[in-house]
Amino acid sequence: MQDETTAKTRLRIRLRPVAFIAVLLVLWEIGIRRQPNHLLPGPWGVIGGIADLVRHGLLMKDVVASLFRVTWGFVLAVVLAIPLGLAVGWYPRAEMALNPILQILRPISPLAWIPIAILWFGVGDLAAIFLIFLGCFFPLMLTAINAVQSIPAVYVNAGRNFGLSSAALVYRVLYPAVVPNLIVGLRITLGIAWLVVVAAEMIAVSSGLGFLIVDARNAGNRYDLVLAGMLIIGLIGLLLDAGMRSLEKVKSFRWGYSED
Amino acid sequence: MIFERDGKSTHVLNDINLEVGNGEFVCLLGPSGCGKTTLLNAMAGFLSPTSGEIKVNGEAVRKPDPRRIFVFQERGVFPWLTVEGNIGFGLSKLARAEREKRIAHYVKMVGLEGFEKAYPQELSGGMKQRLEVARALAVNPDMLLLDEPFGALDSITRLIMRGELLRIWEAERKTIVFVTHDIDEAVQLADRVVVMSARPATIRQIVNIDIAHPRDISSPRYLQLRDGIFQQIGLAHKV
Repeated sequence: MQDETTAKTRLRIRLRPVAFIAVLLVLWEIGIRRQPNHLLPGPWGVIGGIADLVRHGLLMKDVVASLFRVTWGFVLAVVLAIPLGLAVGWYPRAEMALNPILQILRPISPLAWIPIAILWFGVGDLAAIFLIFLGCFFPLMLTAINAVQSIPAVYVNAGRNFGLSSAALVYRVLYPAVVPNLIVGLRITLGIAWLVVVAAEMIAVSSGLGFLIVDARNAGNRYDLVLAGMLIIGLIGLLLDAGMRSLEKVKSFRWGYSED
Repeated sequence: MIFERDGKSTHVLNDINLEVGNGEFVCLLGPSGCGKTTLLNAMAGFLSPTSGEIKVNGEAVRKPDPRRIFVFQERGVFPWLTVEGNIGFGLSKLARAEREKRIAHYVKMVGLEGFEKAYPQELSGGMKQRLEVARALAVNPDMLLLDEPFGALDSITRLIMRGELLRIWEAERKTIVFVTHDIDEAVQLADRVVVMSARPATIRQIVNIDIAHPRDISSPRYLQLRDGIFQQIGLAHKV
């Protein structure tokens, strides 16, 4: 008897967000039907738009293009910003030296770099990757600096107590201690990267999901494709985020996220 | 020992002259903030004295060393390692078989069998402290320096842990310097109690506890020694 009710409750809980979305979709469809000039499509229109894209082979092409740029820009930023940030966070003098530059460059939106990106790299993949790199670099640096500085001194002292060399201290104490913070930073920064790529593609390149949206509107007010593009962007963003979250579940990292 | 911070200098320790014998259990007893932890940190090599010298076995202490392992009050164990990983932390230079043997030995000694693969966040406070002691002992140090290791535990667990520590000490006979603010704890555990004054701390008195283990905490001699220290510190006898 008990098992049945818990199974039913679990199913009900899982269905709730689905039900909620279904209600929103119905409201959307109703709202569209009432509109006199039918500018924006309803949910069926969007699905039709997606089907269109798939039929013309554009969907895969654009998704791959966007993901390619995000991957390159993000990975480059990670490889450069994390070690640099960890080092800067560890040596107070380095932080004092670099902090003013960081604080000035950080608030400049990567999109403001578009003219320079196009000047340096022309219209194409490199410009987009550069913009994504910029959008990720500063947040990652700050995450790494902050992560090092919030390592409890106890861990470092204990590591030194056991006679670890500086190198051993870094990879046996420092690195494991910062990983949970880094993962949170990586997750947030990946979200930023995904935002930047869409915006960058609207201006600086001629393929990808951002371009798809702009092109769909310019080439004949195909708002069904616009919304289809937005939906796909949202779904991929969700998947990327879920992927990062699964890193947090690794047992050796979980200590950083418990309610301690 | 003088600390400089924000332009103000704080005189923390003054004129400390202390000798600790091999295999002895010495307690540094004093009110909070008196500087006993500073003294312990200096003994471990985390701080250098502004004047004077600390020597272990004739050698001056300049930096932390695995021969003098420090046990912290809390959050001392590495949360990203299992119980086994923590205990084996200082044993990386050993061969695998030897290492596993030692880890098993100390897991058993501190009573954490069955929890070898557990992470610290799955352990209680008392278990975490036991883990830290095991990790400290595994590298076979000359000295253990314990900084109020039971301070974050509830009083029942504290009593149990004192017994455990003494049991381990009698088995391994390491030199132990133990910092506490708890008078009973000091008299229950130590061979000698170094009573320290408030900041800047000086040594008020060194009390020899001449009762054999296991100590009866209701025996007249125990109460006599304990009350003596009460008086030394200037505490009222009635609450």
